[in-house]
Amino acid sequence: MKKLLILTPVILLLSGCSGNWGWYVVDPTTSSGWTNLKFMASGAYYTIVMSVTAILISVVVGLLVALPGLSKKREWRMFNRTYVEIVRAVPILVLILWVYYGLPALSGITLNVFWAGVLALALSDSAFQAEIFRAGIQSIARGQYEAAQSISLNYRDTMRYIILPQAIRRILPALGNQLVYMLKMSSLVSVIGLQELTRKANELVVSEYRPLEIYTVLVLEYLVLILIVSAGVRWFERRMNASEM
Amino acid sequence: MSIISMQNVSKYFGDFQALKNVSLDVALGERVVICGPSGSGKSTLIRCINRLEAHEDGQIVVDGTVLSDDPADLEKIRGLVGMVFQQFNLFPHLTVLENLCIGPRRVLGLTEAEARARAMKYLERVQIPDQADKFPRQLSGGQQQRVAIARSLCMEPRILLFDEPTSALDPEMIAEVLEVMTELAISGMTMIVVTHEMGFARRVADRMVFMDKGEIVEIGAPGDVFDAPKSQRFAQFIKQILNH
Repeated sequence: MKKLLILTPVILLLSGCSGNWGWYVVDPTTSSGWTNLKFMASGAYYTIVMSVTAILISVVVGLLVALPGLSKKREWRMFNRTYVEIVRAVPILVLILWVYYGLPALSGITLNVFWAGVLALALSDSAFQAEIFRAGIQSIARGQYEAAQSISLNYRDTMRYIILPQAIRRILPALGNQLVYMLKMSSLVSVIGLQELTRKANELVVSEYRPLEIYTVLVLEYLVLILIVSAGVRWFERRMNASEM
Repeated sequence: MSIISMQNVSKYFGDFQALKNVSLDVALGERVVICGPSGSGKSTLIRCINRLEAHEDGQIVVDGTVLSDDPADLEKIRGLVGMVFQQFNLFPHLTVLENLCIGPRRVLGLTEAEARARAMKYLERVQIPDQADKFPRQLSGGQQQRVAIARSLCMEPRILLFDEPTSALDPEMIAEVLEVMTELAISGMTMIVVTHEMGFARRVADRMVFMDKGEIVEIGAPGDVFDAPKSQRFAQFIKQILNH
């Protein structure tokens, strides 16, 4: 049984190599293959710029939503809960469609595809960021607040200089996760026509009829992008920890 | 004229009454040592003085200001009162120097250079100026607690509260912290110290306070209360901690 499980994909792979694969569409040694590859890779610009813009916004919004969640006042906590529960419940794809097609009808504000994508991704992610920040801030011992109070630091300074620097160190792995998640979710913005990686691949598939090869390259594009991000996050984590020692 | 005046202070944690009508006056320059079994309310009492805990009934007046939720009054009182904690509560992501400078910089508005000079002055006073650029976790427990004392001193408070400052320390570290505290007492600092270090109490306390079950059971000069405890509970407590 086990052997069969390993054998099946190997056989499938080998049969794929037997000549049915049309790697010529993305063969960098031919001029058309090279053009196709460049076309696909050019989508990385929007994937990266949109994801990074969205994560920067969602981190700020997430923090601003997390803070009332830690308040002693019930109404403030209610605001936090309501925001998180509602935003978290909307599927990202639905949110993208709603922001791009629904929002203009509701408010008269028309966003271009890029900003519609950024807004939808950031909004969706902010609910998760809020929970990450809340958990991180709650993990800081009460003694840190008391020490800050005992030297008269106000709330803002306590957060800014004492609590958040420690909390952010603790949530760095989770923030890295969210960045990876964001890069992947950005592929959904292809449905409203933004020329990012997935959209480019889709367009190429339509003209070349080689979905297997083109989508395989697409998978590799995301893989490379995310491995680079992961390495970056790890490097940053090590640096932050080193500065503490 | 007393700098701290507590009148009939009561404090509840849910149904549990941690302080029962406690009244205590502390004069400027006085050293008061509070002892008592765990759960007797001694920590709660001093934590009420800078409002880390809010009391429900009674009144606390610090240097003429009535303690309330009014932020301005609270700020005034916290500016007068420093606190040293059992677990030190140093800021682990900041160096020793940064731990000391943050209050003077952000609260008192000192310049970087002024704050630094002040921090070094107090680090010298607690005898660890050479550790200024280290992080708290690189120091021993005794050194950490001395940094915490220096951090409080940097705010130049008139009153220092100590909440079991040596309870989390290894025995060999206790002496160095008590030495710094004794030196502070000699310099005339008003101090309220929750501790079980009876030798320290005998040496520096003007008054001993014994608490049990949220009440002040016995109060007096250390010589008097140690040698002739009036209540049986205190007599028993002394016997227990001296024989442990």
